[in-house]
Amino acid sequence: MAKEAVPMRVSIDADVCIGAGQCALTSPDVFTQDDDGFGTVVPGREDGTGTLVREAARACPVQAITLHDLADEPRA
Amino acid sequence: MTKAVAFPQDRTCPYHPPTAYPRTEEEHPLTRVTLWDGRPVWLVTGHAAARSLLADQRLSTDSTRDDFPLPTERATAVRRRRRAALLGWDDPEHNAQRRLLIPSFTLKRAETLRPRIQETVDRLLDAMEAQGPPAELVSAFALPVPSIVICDLLGVPYADHEFFEEQSRRLLRGPTAADTEDALARLEGYLGDLIDRKREKPGVGVLDDLVARGAEDGGPGREELVRLATILLVAGHETTANMISLGTYTLLRHPERLAELRADPGLLPAAVEELLRFLSIADGLLRVAREDVDVAGTVIRAGEGVVFSTSVINRDASAYSDPDTLDWARSARHHVAFGFGIHQCLGQNLARAELEIALGTLLRRLPGLRLAVPAEEIPFKPGDTIQGMLELPVTW
Repeated sequence: MAKEAVPMRVSIDADVCIGAGQCALTSPDVFTQDDDGFGTVVPGREDGTGTLVREAARACPVQAITLHDLADEPRA
Repeated sequence: MTKAVAFPQDRTCPYHPPTAYPRTEEEHPLTRVTLWDGRPVWLVTGHAAARSLLADQRLSTDSTRDDFPLPTERATAVRRRRRAALLGWDDPEHNAQRRLLIPSFTLKRAETLRPRIQETVDRLLDAMEAQGPPAELVSAFALPVPSIVICDLLGVPYADHEFFEEQSRRLLRGPTAADTEDALARLEGYLGDLIDRKREKPGVGVLDDLVARGAEDGGPGREELVRLATILLVAGHETTANMISLGTYTLLRHPERLAELRADPGLLPAAVEELLRFLSIADGLLRVAREDVDVAGTVIRAGEGVVFSTSVINRDASAYSDPDTLDWARSARHHVAFGFGIHQCLGQNLARAELEIALGTLLRRLPGLRLAVPAEEIPFKPGDTIQGMLELPVTW
């Protein structure tokens, strides 16, 4: 599976997350679960470098994951 | 005008969807079906529509609403008055209940349980081998594996398994409404006593953790603890037991897939995911619209019931190519066998671990495993409950 080509920023809405663990199951390079069971981005992988990141976002049952395509955003 | 088909339908083959439901390739993703009480409801069979609707909180799971679609008279007798913990509640109450349990059902927690699951599976297979063939696989293996595992995890004495397995069976498939109500009362009475004992003398387990949370300000009260314990115990063993029995039957009916799995145990995680999709044992998810919802060009009106056939949804050709073929090489991701949205199965990571270990070890240790009677003679469950085998006579 190809790595994501477009630079992006990955975030999880902790208020929406239900701890199903689908992100960490699908793309363990980028996602993990914290001790409370909520999905978090693996430190250093906020840029989404890893496999199946978009699949992981789609697997989230409550759409708690946002992938911001940085190419679409003005530079800070 | 054709008469709407009744819901739920029995399967004609234990691993294929009921043939009476429309397939989405041929029909709209939503059609009309009729419940046991004659009420018309929407049946969802399309994969995209199902994911959208299951994630939509304008659809409620509150079974105490008069307009909530319940599949049988016995389910109605119980659930119209009392809603199950978690599954019977919408947010925000559901979210507060689920958050109590999330730390106990993570991927990591499931990983740490693997050695205990393996030990349990090995012990049961030792006993089966010592006894010698033939064996009835549901009672010797498929039911005790998840039953022992959930007892361990929750802190329920497995010595009581005959009692709670029997009450679960009556709760899910009792012959009458009175029988179902009685089973729920007995199960709740048993778990209430257990929780009281744990308050006096805490042990180790998820129920003990919940009891400790209940002692905190704003923590769950006794009744909520009992209802949480009930759904965890019932959902924690019935579902996985059915996946093990029906999964084994399905593998034995697909010798090429079985041979591939024996030759390469690395295929197990993909095979379990594909079996979850293919078998879809929780084949009837239920919702009612709280307000008008527009999906795939259809308006579901407020107060209308919506039922989901996960087995047909997971065979939607627009989501899975050649969907009626069991195929370890496909990506079975995004199936709705565990549901979708806020109610997606809490125990799914534990279930995957149990299925990988139970099916993998069974195939490895019993290379001559086969059905002991002709396949057509083996009884399976009717359509109004969790799908699976009633018995599975095997030899090796």
